[in-house]
Amino acid sequence: MTVQETQITREHVIDFVYDEARMLDEGRYDEWLALWLPEGHYWMPLDYRQTDPVHATSLLYEDNFMLRLRVERLNGQRTFSQKPKSRCHHVLQRPFIDVFEPGEGRFVTNTNMHYVETRLDDQILLALTATHDLRAVDGALRIAGKKVELLNCDAAFGNIQLLP
Amino acid sequence: MNASDIRALFRGAEVHRDVYTSPDIYRLEMRHLFTNTWVFVGHDSQTPKPGDYFTTRIGDQPVIQVRHSDGSIHVLYNRCPHKGTKIAIDREGNTGKFFRCPYHAWSFKTDGCLLAIPLKKGYEDTGFEKTEAARGLKPVGAVHVYRGFVFARLAETGIGFEEFFGDSLSSIDNMVDRAPEGRLEISGPPLRYMHRCNWKMLVENQTDTCHPMVAHESSAGTAVRIFKEMGEPQPRPPAMQIIAPFMSPYEFFEKMGIRTWPNGHGHTGVTMSIHSAYDAIPGYFEALCEAHGEEKARAVMDENRHNTVYFPNIMVKAPLQQLRNFIPLGPDRTLVESYVYRLVGAPDELVALSAMYNRMINAPTSIVGHDDLEMYERAQEGLMSNGLEWVNVQRLWHEDEDYTQEAVENGTTERQMRNQFDAWVKFMTMSMEGAQTRVAAQ
Ligand code: FES
Ligand SMILES: [Fe+2]
Repeated sequence: MTVQETQITREHVIDFVYDEARMLDEGRYDEWLALWLPEGHYWMPLDYRQTDPVHATSLLYEDNFMLRLRVERLNGQRTFSQKPKSRCHHVLQRPFIDVFEPGEGRFVTNTNMHYVETRLDDQILLALTATHDLRAVDGALRIAGKKVELLNCDAAFGNIQLLP
Repeated sequence: MNASDIRALFRGAEVHRDVYTSPDIYRLEMRHLFTNTWVFVGHDSQTPKPGDYFTTRIGDQPVIQVRHSDGSIHVLYNRCPHKGTKIAIDREGNTGKFFRCPYHAWSFKTDGCLLAIPLKKGYEDTGFEKTEAARGLKPVGAVHVYRGFVFARLAETGIGFEEFFGDSLSSIDNMVDRAPEGRLEISGPPLRYMHRCNWKMLVENQTDTCHPMVAHESSAGTAVRIFKEMGEPQPRPPAMQIIAPFMSPYEFFEKMGIRTWPNGHGHTGVTMSIHSAYDAIPGYFEALCEAHGEEKARAVMDENRHNTVYFPNIMVKAPLQQLRNFIPLGPDRTLVESYVYRLVGAPDELVALSAMYNRMINAPTSIVGHDDLEMYERAQEGLMSNGLEWVNVQRLWHEDEDYTQEAVENGTTERQMRNQFDAWVKFMTMSMEGAQTRVAAQ
């Protein structure tokens, strides 16, 4: 989507959130990485209502380098935990738009999702709330930050190998 | 199964697969091994004020760590003496001056003593005072707090704390000495990672120095490749200093060294380790010199032990203030809880590094964790094969190995795994009938 900043509509913002989830489900990681701004972080807190991603442990708090590493690893010759590969599936509730400032090029959404990940005979279901902090750059929406809060973040999990 | 059956499961450089797969052996581990040894419970900063408690397990036994009104820490079985109801269900909280059972309101002081029973006259002339219920919440056999770390022995009598751990306590010392104020504080809840494998596989892996460059090639190797493709930018991405050393060659790990101590304890990284080359954090060394004097500060920082195994089931990473608790839930099920601690008096960047390491390596969402868990679970499934009965831990074995002596060896030896099995036999059999027969026969 390339439009003038001021032309970004609520529908553009909502479509972006759906499109991002679809890229993850379809494993289109090059496109997905291109959505991110250089300083963006993907954060998945460990503690319910955690406020500090840096000085306490999180499940994920990853910069561009780590995200690239994470998705490139998935296709490695010797990535044994991905032989066979996992698959995932997001079901989204319509995003709330909590901040809509086309003039500033800033948009924040809040989206409830069910995330399913499967590999071999295992399948897990996670309920989560994703917060997207989006910016309009050269007319396109980009991710400045994404926070994924798992409803059961304090539960013990086995491997979660793809991205909720 | 008697003591000689247990002994037969470990024959020098091989261990029988039943120790990982058999429900009978798992039950015996819970009854003997986790009863006779000193097992990690928690950290005293998890229960700083009177009435603060936290719930956990020692082996398969649910317990409560609680701060009593006099400031002492008690470890109590989490079981009402009346009809068995668990007294505390939440992971942590503050119970005030007493615990009150939610079923019939018996109440107990925070040292476990029975405080009150509603309608107590119903027990008059029944001989109630002679029952074990009348004594209240049962404490474990013994508790010892070492520099903030709470350990317990379930057995009423047995090996003493100092004798059990001996010089291995030097790794905890080093971790705590890294704090300018000489103490640690818990930093947030632990990562909780469920493993469908036997707990001993995880403990063995802590000193398995021949797996990182193989099993973690997919994560660490990919990181190194991407960094090169980026033209090796400086400063390097923060993740690189943590993950790149996993790809060090065999010679690095050989030189790193392994030390073993009696009773199953041991550590990798005697001369240096994958934690030696972290960037200095401004102001930290100065704060440490202020506290210890420069000479001691330097000695503390020069020690870069990699993983220290405290037998039976924790690992401590002193340079990163980390502790991993491998909690057995069944023969093929283990809950791993990975904690980080804050060095009191040190700059915040240190705990930031520890937290980064924890989420990058020990989380269920960690790419390095994915590599390891895949190996454990494949091993757990593979061991169900009837084709072979024995698991090999022979690397750099020699016949006259004496685990009652401290030793420092080549960093790729599997001596520490053998040391653990030697201790495993010792503490499994010490309270079994017939435990003395072999000794007597010799
Ligand atoms: S079970 Fe606790 S008071 Fe009855
Ligand atoms: Fe590993």
